[in-house]
Amino acid sequence: MKLQFSEEDERFRREIAGWLADNLVGEFAPLRFRGGPGDEHMYPEERKHWERRMAAGGWTCIGWPQEFGGRGASIEQQVIFHEEYARAGGPGRMGHIGEGLAGPTIIAFGTDEQKARLLPGILAGTELWCQGYSEPAAGSDLAAVKTRARLDAATGRWLITGQKVWTSLAHESDWCFVIARTDPESIGHAGLGFFLVRVRQPGVTVRPIEQMTGTSEFNEVFFDDAVCESGDMLGKPGEGWKIGMALLGFERGVSTLGQQMLFQNELDEIVRIARENGAGKDPDIRQRIADAWIGLRIMRYSAMRMLSGGADGSLAREAMSYKLYWAIWHRNLGKLAMDVLGPEAEIAESAPYGLSRLQSLFLFTRADTIYGGTNQIQRNIIAERALGMPKEPRR
Amino acid sequence: MEFRFTEEQQMIRETAEAFLREQSDAAAVRRAMATEQGFEAALWDELAGNMGWSAMHIPEEFGGLGLGAVELVALMEEMGKRLLCAPFFSSVCLGATAILCAGSEAQKTALLPGIAAGTARAALGWMGAGRDWSPSGVALACARHGDGWRLHGESHYVVDGHTADLLVLAARLPGEGLRLFALPADTAGLTRTWLPTMDQTRKLATLTLDGVQLGNDALLGLDEDAAEALQKALDIATIALAAEQSGVAQQVLEMAVAYTKERHQFGRSIASFQAIKHKAADMMLKAEASRSAAYYAACVADEALRGGAAGAELAQAASLAKASCSETAFFNAGSAIQMYGGVGFTWEYDVHLYFKRARASEAFLGAPAWHRERIAQELGL
Repeated sequence: MKLQFSEEDERFRREIAGWLADNLVGEFAPLRFRGGPGDEHMYPEERKHWERRMAAGGWTCIGWPQEFGGRGASIEQQVIFHEEYARAGGPGRMGHIGEGLAGPTIIAFGTDEQKARLLPGILAGTELWCQGYSEPAAGSDLAAVKTRARLDAATGRWLITGQKVWTSLAHESDWCFVIARTDPESIGHAGLGFFLVRVRQPGVTVRPIEQMTGTSEFNEVFFDDAVCESGDMLGKPGEGWKIGMALLGFERGVSTLGQQMLFQNELDEIVRIARENGAGKDPDIRQRIADAWIGLRIMRYSAMRMLSGGADGSLAREAMSYKLYWAIWHRNLGKLAMDVLGPEAEIAESAPYGLSRLQSLFLFTRADTIYGGTNQIQRNIIAERALGMPKEPRR
Repeated sequence: MEFRFTEEQQMIRETAEAFLREQSDAAAVRRAMATEQGFEAALWDELAGNMGWSAMHIPEEFGGLGLGAVELVALMEEMGKRLLCAPFFSSVCLGATAILCAGSEAQKTALLPGIAAGTARAALGWMGAGRDWSPSGVALACARHGDGWRLHGESHYVVDGHTADLLVLAARLPGEGLRLFALPADTAGLTRTWLPTMDQTRKLATLTLDGVQLGNDALLGLDEDAAEALQKALDIATIALAAEQSGVAQQVLEMAVAYTKERHQFGRSIASFQAIKHKAADMMLKAEASRSAAYYAACVADEALRGGAAGAELAQAASLAKASCSETAFFNAGSAIQMYGGVGFTWEYDVHLYFKRARASEAFLGAPAWHRERIAQELGL
């Protein structure tokens, strides 16, 4: 049992760190440390440009197989990439949904024609994607989606009608993947399809949701006979649930591990403030900072254990607890930041409601324990799949 | 990335798992814990003598197997799962490690082979009567006396101190720091008092030294401050104890989940209720986190024993692991009692044995808050 990355991996680390040092300068310098969770509305045009710079350097989609334009990077290398990207202050990725979710799903379930047509835009950073899963009445119970897809027999097109919600980056995206009901009589997991829909068309309306932060990263997306072209369904009618769940498997994979470096940046700032403003003399604050430090280190070693687990790239059973762990940790960190700041925590940066980074952290981390599977859903998953306890009654 | 057990380490682990499942079952634990000695000689002979467990991290030139802290941690985790009653933690993790960290080559050659073979059992005493588990808490006094030394005072909370053959004791030399001594249990002037304990699966003793006279050969290493060597030994032992706690945490989780699956109320298995499932999920979350902490700390302890660079992280690794594993073991054991319901409160069911061990180990070598404070200081707060 060893803690070190291999020499080859360390060479890879130097390569990406060097590229970022050379490229995250000049016009891109203002993007450093911006556009992450809670800040995703910032610098959209510049960040799209940055996606294309990344693509030109061959740094998009590095985990994809080489035959589809990726580097075929190992899981270790993908983690190193995410670590170095966050360490350098790389901006929140506009292309991450295409790269991490849509792309791998198209590779896994798409036809050769779909792969050839859809993957290059993701690789090049020119086509951005968003995710149409949740609906107002289908949150934790995702299988309750009501959005309908109706086949137009004359044209072979599917016409989509319904509403999606919590859709990050919808207003910046070119494509949305949508789970919709192909069989209007069906309920639950059956009768669903997986559709690739162009966002910029008359049948699609994007409306931003104003969050408690005063900013809008999430949107509502309304579909009113929106067109899904005949070749843009992934899989067959009825396979929507299978494909949709496989996609969530990609989401819970490797990309979440790189965020630890972002967390480290946040913790470092909190420790620095605690040293400067005297909060670090408070016994309770000392305990909580040490606890946060311990938690972050544990996330790192847990990630390393997961990475060491399966040579096939699958994450171990224990990986199921990872989302729950980091969400709780991060939410506690947001509160700790406020308590370290003390009275100053209340003062905003600017009128009317310009929050500081730590204020945004505090508020936004309340979402961490909700999106991507609430803590309660995560606990169900752990109990049922990892511990083998009886399932909840479901349709 | 090779942050996993090697095939050989996995084999050691599986062998230990199978052996302890048979030999350290509930009946064996209850037999041993009811005695003042606290262990059964035949079992000790088997695991120390025949299985070679006590030789694990002792170098080959001193009669050991020359393996490292990772193997030690793997064993301790399995021992924690079965609440093994044996002087392994006291003799191997504390005693042998202290000799490894502080002794001269000649002393290691003289003392370690017996410990490795299990024919001699060591114990380490360093605590005063207070709450300070660090070297600064040493209260036993020593003074130069002719060509040798004179020791006076008490050493508290000495694990298996009443049954060990060889005692390694830290003593304070006024104005000159600490010294470590190794002395036979039958040394004149030494009184050993067994203490009845709430956790009966691990035995404690108080040692009283009334002007004990020792030759200079009893002094471990050179006549210089031994605080650093003692701290290093304590940190390595802390990591071993943390691993044992992670074994406790995992075992009570599995026991509680198995019990709630069998137990029916309201016409269904209580494991089907979210109130129970979410408790179990939290237990698993903590158990996995603590295992990560213990394995990381084991890698650091391994480096520290071999003099590698990452050994510099030893103090923070020990504190990280101990804080995490202590809280987890106690949380999981307490949660397990709740999940068992009324029977969890009975003497008959084993869960209280784990709860008591979790409590005792949480305090031993420093409670979580103490270790977090140590980390806060490392962070420059």
